[in-house]
Amino acid sequence: MRYTKDHEWMVSRDGEVVVGITEFAANQLGDIVFIELPEEGATIEAGAEIAVVESVKAASDILAPASGVVTAVNDAIISNPGLVNEDPLGEGWFFRMEFDDSGEFDTFLGKEEYQLLTQE
Amino acid sequence: MSVKRTPLYEVHKRFDPVWVEFAGYEMPVRYKAGTIAEHRHTRESASLFDVSHMGQVIVTAKSGDESDSAAALEGLVPADILGLPEWRQRYGVFTTAEGGILDDMLIARKPDHLFLVVNASRMKADVDHLQRSLRETCNVRLVRDRALIAIQGPCSEMAMKRLAPEVAGLRFMDVGEFSVGHAKLWVARSGYTGEDGFEISVPSKAAIKLWEMLVEMDEVMPAGLGARDTLRLEAGLCLYGSDIDHTTSPVEAGLVWSIQKVRRTGGSREGGFPGSSRISFEIENGTSRQRVGLRPEARVPIRRGARLFGDAAGANSVGEVTSGGFGPTVNGPVSMGYVGPSSAQEGTQVFGEVRGRLVPVRVAALPFVPPNFRR
Repeated sequence: MRYTKDHEWMVSRDGEVVVGITEFAANQLGDIVFIELPEEGATIEAGAEIAVVESVKAASDILAPASGVVTAVNDAIISNPGLVNEDPLGEGWFFRMEFDDSGEFDTFLGKEEYQLLTQE
Repeated sequence: MSVKRTPLYEVHKRFDPVWVEFAGYEMPVRYKAGTIAEHRHTRESASLFDVSHMGQVIVTAKSGDESDSAAALEGLVPADILGLPEWRQRYGVFTTAEGGILDDMLIARKPDHLFLVVNASRMKADVDHLQRSLRETCNVRLVRDRALIAIQGPCSEMAMKRLAPEVAGLRFMDVGEFSVGHAKLWVARSGYTGEDGFEISVPSKAAIKLWEMLVEMDEVMPAGLGARDTLRLEAGLCLYGSDIDHTTSPVEAGLVWSIQKVRRTGGSREGGFPGSSRISFEIENGTSRQRVGLRPEARVPIRRGARLFGDAAGANSVGEVTSGGFGPTVNGPVSMGYVGPSSAQEGTQVFGEVRGRLVPVRVAALPFVPPNFRR
């Protein structure tokens, strides 16, 4: 599993990358009540705001970790946003994508580097 | 400036809440259960809120005749204070000379003084305002040695009765003073959630003990400012600084009910408060905008600052959202805001701007959740 500085996790599987938000991020946000996801098939650019997570308190943007194409989105979290709080690393995944540059995956943070980021 | 802490800080810490800075105080925004669970628990059972950051103010008459302080306060507040019976409280606002709102508060009438509970963010300004305006007739004192705890929800009476059986004799907006151990509690049957409950002023040194006694009861859970905000929004209650401020009049804000007939045009003590000419005019003739409830028709919350339009193309601006978010009891998004008279009718469709898109919103009656007071 790899991580972004923006508290997203990524798992590489069969040429696709599954993306979600970390447990740390889900805890920080609190109860999630609304989610907007990108369109399946959308071409996205690294750093672009492609999804929105709204907690009880506020709205936060989810940024594309890399440039590529969205291959699938998790409709279950649209009808039940609380899934992201309950199981952020499993049932609460956000979308799958193909990276334009598949080598980019290994340039993201590893587990220990990410953990350092969350313990100020 | 350093962040202030309430007398209950140490007891909150044991529950490991998420903290937020609010009006200069470090306050729990939510505990482990989370805002939605805390909100629902309040509506179904009873929750404990630390609201010690709010200002507790005592106003006494220099003459020794308490009615002189009530008469003096009527010079700042459009509510009927002289007509308020002893051991009762009512909601009121400080108005500006232009008819805006400086703060909103609860005013309790006790045998020898008035007891005011004001917003944390306005506490200093309110005390200055009172001291300056009433210096010839009243002494104004900010209470610094007491915490304020709210217990809210249908099981509040059951819980409080175990400590002070006399509270069962209070109806909504009654106040009383009761002893628990050596501590004298100043109790009001009120709150800001739309539920039955009590607001309890307790000496700071007894606050942790009282909190512990209540929170250990099966019906009671602690709740943070997050739940307090979603509860008051569903109850259609104003948050000062968001839904009301110095630019909104009490008439625009839908608070005319807090201006009793005796203070309105034709009443025996009409006017006599700052901004009375604008406010009286608006009561007679209406306003160019008014506060309304808003139910977004999709699932997306429409929050403070979102612009409102009369048409899906966004050509015709009709107002703005002042509070909005997710209502756990409504189980959907709820907002409040100001719109012009042509859009204020219940059921009118307007459109709220969210991230550049216009989403349909229905003007709705307030409150969103029926109140559950013990009248």
